[in-house]
Amino acid sequence: MADAVLSTRSLEACYGDFQALFGVSIDVYPEDVIAIIGANGAGKTTLMRSITGLLVNKPQMVTWKGQAIGALRADQIARLGIAMVPEGRQLFQSLSVEENLIIGGQVGRKGAWSLGKVYELFPVLKERRNVPATSLSGGQQQMVSIGRALMSNPDILLFDEISLGLAPIIIKSIYEALPTIIGEGMSAIIVEQDIVKAVSVSSRVYCLQEGRVSLEGRPQDLTRDAISAAYFGV
Amino acid sequence: MDWVNAIVQGILLGGLYALFAAGLSLIFGVMRLVNIAHGDFIVLAAFLGLTITSTLGLSPLVALALVVPVMAAIGYVLQRGILNRTLGEDILPPLMVTFGLSVIIQNGLLEIYSADPQKMSAGSLETASLSLPGDLNVGVLPILMFVVAVAVIAGLQWIFYRSSLGRAFRAVSDNQDIAQLMGLNKAHVFGMAMALSLAVVGIAGVFLGIRTSFDPSIGPGRLIFGFEAVIIGGLGNLWGTLVGGIILGVSQNIGAQINPGWQLLAGHLAFLFVLAVRPRGLFPRID
Repeated sequence: MADAVLSTRSLEACYGDFQALFGVSIDVYPEDVIAIIGANGAGKTTLMRSITGLLVNKPQMVTWKGQAIGALRADQIARLGIAMVPEGRQLFQSLSVEENLIIGGQVGRKGAWSLGKVYELFPVLKERRNVPATSLSGGQQQMVSIGRALMSNPDILLFDEISLGLAPIIIKSIYEALPTIIGEGMSAIIVEQDIVKAVSVSSRVYCLQEGRVSLEGRPQDLTRDAISAAYFGV
Repeated sequence: MDWVNAIVQGILLGGLYALFAAGLSLIFGVMRLVNIAHGDFIVLAAFLGLTITSTLGLSPLVALALVVPVMAAIGYVLQRGILNRTLGEDILPPLMVTFGLSVIIQNGLLEIYSADPQKMSAGSLETASLSLPGDLNVGVLPILMFVVAVAVIAGLQWIFYRSSLGRAFRAVSDNQDIAQLMGLNKAHVFGMAMALSLAVVGIAGVFLGIRTSFDPSIGPGRLIFGFEAVIIGGLGNLWGTLVGGIILGVSQNIGAQINPGWQLLAGHLAFLFVLAVRPRGLFPRID
């Protein structure tokens, strides 16, 4: 197997005195799509914040293509090709749809994605390019958020709870579009509470429970009972 | 006719107040920082202009070409070196630190330039005037200041809504974390905002120094005018700030027309009136 592009090693992340992760180690290989599942408060979002640099850790705790990036700032990590579709979409409300997309592309990484390509993927955004991004419907906002992350031509894309607060039909269409979005040469981490959805698109699954990895493996090797036990800790 | 004159002069004076206020409005909009030393930076810029004009023998308007970049550089270094460390959940540290800066600048200027009032001379420009219909005479310098103020506001507006720097300002203002995920270094973006703010302060300071005499102690007074213009116009709205400056200038001149002692009082009363009727200002953009 090739070397992992992204790894965390014994990641211990804290918010002040509160420790949210206890020695979490995960690996993402090239073109790998991994799912991270777990209940509320299991540490999924903390893990995402640690990888993207919003939470600063010890350098060796996160490595990217062999480089220790645990202590880098978020803007430095973004330039390396790690992009995130954050939980709750979090669009810039003072920016138009198009400005939100442009700002995603300003890290200046070359690649397949451009404004035109994003509009090709989500034609509705082109029609509404000049309206404030937060005036769109939830599903359309999620498209902007995904497009914004794609604009940086990332090597790995992190999706944090992309189905949260969206109608089932929208969730379905987003998951159908995922294989197109996670194109060739790109890896992805999908964080979900919806286990079935997450497992259906991933090649490997990590389950977090109270800040620790409680289960990992390929979806076909994991039984429903094992996942339940790892998820709920019963 | 005196009344019309007072109003016209007040409008032109409002341009200067808008220049005092624009930088305050800008940095509050981008990083929710209230710079208590803002007025003292205006005075610092005036003294900087004075030193340049007297040592190099330049006209104050030419001196702007030096004062503005120097003030912008001071702003960037100040933000990256000191103010970024004070920003966070708590709004008190930046207030304390900029208050301290205010004291330091005032006393530093006092040490170097003494408490004597100073003035910059713009030569014949100061006395040149235009005759308008209806027996009105308007000074060329006040008109020039007003035109520059409008141009500065229009320029800031353009930067804010049409340039990539402005996009970065708005993004960081909306959501600092997510802006960082877009590869924006917020320390740098804040530095640029403060640089822009103090660049405008550079223009304001030089015009202040041409228009009236100044000494190291007048900074806080200019800060108040700036604050009042921002609040009257509504937070986060630059054109509103210009309107706020004009309302302040006109009220002051009308007050002075009634009784010369009422100039400042009338301005403050206009401010209080707007605050009572429209607590968020006339054209608010920021909640």
